[in-house]
Amino acid sequence: MSARPRLAVWKFSSCDGCQLSLLDCEDEVLAVANAIEIAYFPEATRRDDDGGHYDISFVEGSVTTPHEAEMIKDIRARSTTLITLGACATSGGIQALKNGADVGGFIDAVYAHPEFITTLDTATPISDHVKVDFELRGCPISKKDLIELISATLAGRTPQTPAHAACIECKLAGHVCVMVAEGKPCLGPVTHAGCGALCPGFARGCYGCFGPKETPNTAALAAQLAANGADKRAIRRLFSTYNTNAPAFREEAKAHE
Amino acid sequence: MTGAGTPIPVMIDVDGLDALIAALAAEGREVLGPVRRDGALVFEPIGAAGELPRGWVDEQSGGHYRLKKEGTAFFGATNGPQGIKRILHTPHQRLWRTEGSGDATEIIPEPLDDTRRAVIGARACDLAAMAVQDRVLMEGTYGDPHYAARRGSLFVVAVNCTRAADTCFCASMNTGPKATAGYDIALTELEGGRFLAVSGSDAGAAMLSGLPSAPASAAEEAQAEEAIEGARDQQRRIDTDGLPQILKTRPDHPRWSEVASRCLNCANCTMVCPTCFCTTVEEVSSLEGPETERVARWASCFTVDFSHIHGGAVRAGAKSRYRQWLTHKLGTWVDQFGELGCVGCGRCISWCPVGIDITEEAAALRREEG
Repeated sequence: MSARPRLAVWKFSSCDGCQLSLLDCEDEVLAVANAIEIAYFPEATRRDDDGGHYDISFVEGSVTTPHEAEMIKDIRARSTTLITLGACATSGGIQALKNGADVGGFIDAVYAHPEFITTLDTATPISDHVKVDFELRGCPISKKDLIELISATLAGRTPQTPAHAACIECKLAGHVCVMVAEGKPCLGPVTHAGCGALCPGFARGCYGCFGPKETPNTAALAAQLAANGADKRAIRRLFSTYNTNAPAFREEAKAHE
Repeated sequence: MTGAGTPIPVMIDVDGLDALIAALAAEGREVLGPVRRDGALVFEPIGAAGELPRGWVDEQSGGHYRLKKEGTAFFGATNGPQGIKRILHTPHQRLWRTEGSGDATEIIPEPLDDTRRAVIGARACDLAAMAVQDRVLMEGTYGDPHYAARRGSLFVVAVNCTRAADTCFCASMNTGPKATAGYDIALTELEGGRFLAVSGSDAGAAMLSGLPSAPASAAEEAQAEEAIEGARDQQRRIDTDGLPQILKTRPDHPRWSEVASRCLNCANCTMVCPTCFCTTVEEVSSLEGPETERVARWASCFTVDFSHIHGGAVRAGAKSRYRQWLTHKLGTWVDQFGELGCVGCGRCISWCPVGIDITEEAAALRREEG
C-alpha cells in the first residue's frame, strides 16, 4: 500500500472500552496515526462517515437492534478488511445474557417508556451477520494485541494472537497458579490467551474475558471446579459473563442448570 | 566433580549460610533462593538466610499445592511450580533484531547474558533436569548460546531432600533424593539449623574453605545419610523397565482416550516440567519503521499451533497431544537423547489443574489393553 490505508472504527452495542484501547495506546498512538489514515473514529475525531470505502474497518459491539443488523451489511460492503474488536463483537458480549430470556419483561422493568425501545431478542456476534476477516478477543482487548494486529495488518502478515490457554501466559509470567495453590475458581485453562494473565497476577481467578481457547475442555474444568467446592450456580455464573454466548461457554453453563 | 578430589564434609551453621550468600554476592553474583510468594516456593533474589522459608513445608497432591507451618527447617518444603529451569532457559529470549532497511538491513544478534548467578536450594531432581537440558541445549550442532552462557556462569548450591512430597517419585527415576552431580556445593540440613556441606567442584571447594565451618563428625555424616534415606520412602513411583517400548507400541490403548477426556490441554504440565525445552519464535515488527526482532518463547506440544503444518494441526485433540507428550517424556526421549525425559519431580501432577497423574497414566498404559 503506497498511500496510508483508510481506517474506520465502528461502534455497535458495547461500552466503548475496546475502541478506547486505541486512544489508550499513548506511546504508540502517533505511530498508528502516521501509519494509517484514521478516516472515521467518532470517539476521537469529529469527522463524519464520508460514505466511501475503507481499507480497514474495526468493529466494536454486538448486533442488538434491527438498525445494527442493517448497518453491518453496509459496512461490510464498504470495507476491504473487517476486523472485530472485543468480546461483544466476537461473541455477543455480556448483553447476550438476554438471549433466551424474557426480553419484553426486561424492557418493561427498566424503561419508563418501553414504547421507545426497539431491540432484537438477541445480542449476536458480527460473524453471525457478515464475513469477518479477523476477530480480536478480550473484554476489553489488550493494547499489546491491538498494536500487534495493526502492525501485522500493515505488514500483510498474520497477527500473533495465540489461541492457546491463558495458563501459558500465566506460567511465562511466573505467576503461582491460584487454582492449585489456593483452590480459587479460574477459567484460565479454557480461556484464550491475550491478557497476559492479568487477574492471576493479582491473585484472582480468570474470568474468561477472552472467551474460549482452542479445543477447550470446559466439562473437565467444571468437574474440577465442583470438586473444589463450586456449586452448580457458581459454575453456571462463571461461564455466563462477557462471553456467555460463545458456544463452548454457553453449552457448559447450560449443563449446570 | 572436576578436580575436587574426595570432598571432605564440613558443618556450617546459619551464620555460615549467611556467609555463603554474602560471599557469592561479593563475587558479583545474583543469588537466588526459594522464597514464599503467593502460597508457593519461587526462586527469587535473596540477601540472607532469613529470607528462606524456614518452618514451612509443602503439601502436594494431584492439582493441589499448599504451604503449611511445620518444623523449623530452612529447606523443609521440597519444590515449587517452577524450578531452576526459568533461570537458565528463560521463558522469553530475544534472538536478534534488525537495524536499517532494504539492502542495508543489518541483523544484530542479541548479546549473551553476562549476569553471573548463584542458586541456593536446587534439588536433586532440578539438577537431573538441568543435566537433561544441558544435553539438549548445549550438545550437538544446534546449541543455544544464551542457555550456555547462563549455565556456564551458574554457581549451584544443592540441597539434598530430607523429606519427600506426596507427588515426588525421584527415587524410582534414580534421580534423587540425593544430588550426585551438577553442584558446586551440596548441603544436607540437620536439626537445629546445621548443614553438612560437601563441595562438588573446585569453585565449590574454594568457596567452602572460606566459610566458618567445623569438620563433620562420623555421627553427623551418618545423620545426614539417614535423613536423605528418609526422603527415599515415596508414595509414587514409575516402573520404567521396558516402558519406552510399551508406550511406543500402544498408540491405540484405550487409556489415551480416557485421559483425554480429563485433560484440559492447557499446557501447564509442560510449563512446569523442568526438562521440557521446546520454544517457538515470534517476529515482532515495529509500527513506525522496518525494524523487526525475533523472540523465542516457551512452546507446548499441548497447543494446536505446535503441530500446525500446511493444511492444519497434525495433533488435533487432547488424545494425540497427551500421547505425544507422555510417549516423548517416557519413551522416545531415550531414542533421541539416550535417557528418559522425566526426573520424577512431580510438578506435572501438582500443577495440573485437574490433577492428572503421570505415574498413574504410565501404570495404566503398562497394563494390557481391555
